[in-house]
Amino acid sequence: MSIHYVLRRLAIMVPIFFLVVTLVFFMIRFAPGGPFSSEKSVSPAILKNLEAKYHMDEPLLSQYVRYWKDLLRGDLGPSFKHANRTVNEIIQEALPVSLELGLLALTWAVVIGIAAGGMAALKPNTVYDYVPMAFSILGICLPTFVVGPVLVLVFGLWLQWLPVAGWETWQDRVLPSLTLGFAYAAYISRLTRGGLIEIRGQEFIRTARAKGLTEQEILIKHSLRGGLLPVVSYLGPALAGIITGALVTETIFNIPGLGRFFIESAVNRDYTVVMGTSLLYFTLIFICNFLVDLVYAVLDPRVKYV
Amino acid sequence: MKPLLSIQDYKAHFYTRRGIVKAVNGITYDVYPGKTLAIVGESGSGKSVSQLSYLGLLPAPPLKIMGGTVQFEGRDLLKMKEDDLRKIRGDKISMIFQEPMTSLNPYLKIGSQLIEPLVIHRKQNKKEAWKAATQSLERVGISRPSHAMESYPHEFSGGMRQRVMIAMALTTEPKLLIADEPTTALDVTVQAQILDLLKSIQKETQMAMILITHDLGVVAGAADEVVVMYAGRVFETGSVDDIFYRSEHPYTRALLRSTPRLDKLEKELPVIPGSPPDLIAVTEGCPFYERCSYQKEICKTEFPKESTLGPKHKRFCHAEKLS
Ligand SMILES: Nc1ncnc2c1ncn2[C@@H]1O[C@H](COP(=O)(O)OP(=O)(O)O)[C@@H](O)[C@H]1O
Ligand SMILES: [Mg+2]
Repeated sequence: MSIHYVLRRLAIMVPIFFLVVTLVFFMIRFAPGGPFSSEKSVSPAILKNLEAKYHMDEPLLSQYVRYWKDLLRGDLGPSFKHANRTVNEIIQEALPVSLELGLLALTWAVVIGIAAGGMAALKPNTVYDYVPMAFSILGICLPTFVVGPVLVLVFGLWLQWLPVAGWETWQDRVLPSLTLGFAYAAYISRLTRGGLIEIRGQEFIRTARAKGLTEQEILIKHSLRGGLLPVVSYLGPALAGIITGALVTETIFNIPGLGRFFIESAVNRDYTVVMGTSLLYFTLIFICNFLVDLVYAVLDPRVKYV
Repeated sequence: MKPLLSIQDYKAHFYTRRGIVKAVNGITYDVYPGKTLAIVGESGSGKSVSQLSYLGLLPAPPLKIMGGTVQFEGRDLLKMKEDDLRKIRGDKISMIFQEPMTSLNPYLKIGSQLIEPLVIHRKQNKKEAWKAATQSLERVGISRPSHAMESYPHEFSGGMRQRVMIAMALTTEPKLLIADEPTTALDVTVQAQILDLLKSIQKETQMAMILITHDLGVVAGAADEVVVMYAGRVFETGSVDDIFYRSEHPYTRALLRSTPRLDKLEKELPVIPGSPPDLIAVTEGCPFYERCSYQKEICKTEFPKESTLGPKHKRFCHAEKLS
């Protein structure tokens, strides 16, 4: 892979980023209501003061330019709703929580998904195939807002094994990450099964057998790399989906992550927080996909990015 | 001379949802060290299955071995445990396949695939095996072999990949090389080069070779003996000359007529009338019966017994002398 490719990939990012900033900036401002419209008790004088403090009395275009100036210095501005807190502070606090939740969910989705799919692929059309694949159908069909409450009901309320809200101990991590990862584990198990079955039908697997390799060597050396490529290319969208999907999970389990701030800020028209979290999501998704493409090129020698 | 491989009345079927595919229905022949036996027949006549099945290279089920013996160096491969058979594969018996484009793993360097037989069977360490494998690439005519070891299969043409396959099959100096349509996917000029290469290596090493092909042209240049197969049965065996000049089987003759020849320029080659047999519907009779111009009542119900026509020449046919 060439350095040109990397540079070009990064260069494409610039106009897209510009577009995202512009779109989100104007869309949220043209949406009905504003950050202070719900506060009916506020007198017109105070409202004027507030608007002046946040530069909302200026023309939209100069607000937009001001936002860019701050953004290029890495300053995402003050929150309109959380008095005395900046968006940078909010992100610094909430992002690690969301990342931890997302990575936990992805890790176990990958581990369980590959193990289940691998088992199914090695013994297709047996009980080792049917059982994991039945679970996988469930996982793909059931939305997070069903899986979450069901897990809460069973493991939290009936069995009382695990806490159902909060983000302090390791036990707090279990149910949310399971909830968030479930659908991804399900999908990854299907991709693993399909990828491995396809690879194991290839002629070079027969060549490997003809050379006298053991079944274990054939699986590890000759099947996994090609068979797991579909999983690798799915990791980008999966990470993106997990990061944005954490929204629902964070709400169900009352976790102080980014998703909660994002929803809350959109409802409250907390302009700067909406902007900050959107841009952060965008950047994370871009980085995930980029990294996955790089890994893919390393795994498949036929892929050449020029 | 004692045969290296002796196949006796060997039968192998597939039990599929559509029915029993009777791919190999009692075949008998011997393979001798230093000699090449060609197996010819239309595609779908069970040539590949007749070899791959006893080596454990086909999924079982659906494959089921129905009887017979396959003696290699005096041991019956059919009675061997899978792990013992695996130790013979790629060591004493090597294979090369039809599709050089797909028979190598696209995700692994040529070198790391080439050293595997030596690492597994000769217990060589990677470094020794790498050196030996590089030499074997040189031997099959690959220029810059050290560079080739570090390359990936997609960087090579079909002919070059088939050379790599041959090099890989030969690293352990096998007693028997089974080549399943090794030139079918290649250009004509490359075909000749590959066959020459196989012949010259055989001369050096005295290995035996089974050459599977549907192309009689390949047989003429490369084989010592020929087995003509049809619907999982052997129809005729003999030396190359027996088959090309003294064939006494209607199917062999039809096959010869449908092969282009250099000494006769024909506008259109006659094709064998009728369609190749459905291996599910194989009966006790001769499977060529319906397409045969010498057909008799007995052909319908009874497969002919072996009749000897010369020291090596045998046929299975009810017909009197062919015209
Ligand atoms: N894995 C399999 N399952 C079922 N039938 C098979 C399988 N492999 C081969 N066959 C059948 O066995 C018959 C003989 O095939 P093959 O030996 O490949 O023919 P040839 O090599 O002479 O072209 C064909 O009818 C083919 O469909
Ligand atoms: Mg074949």
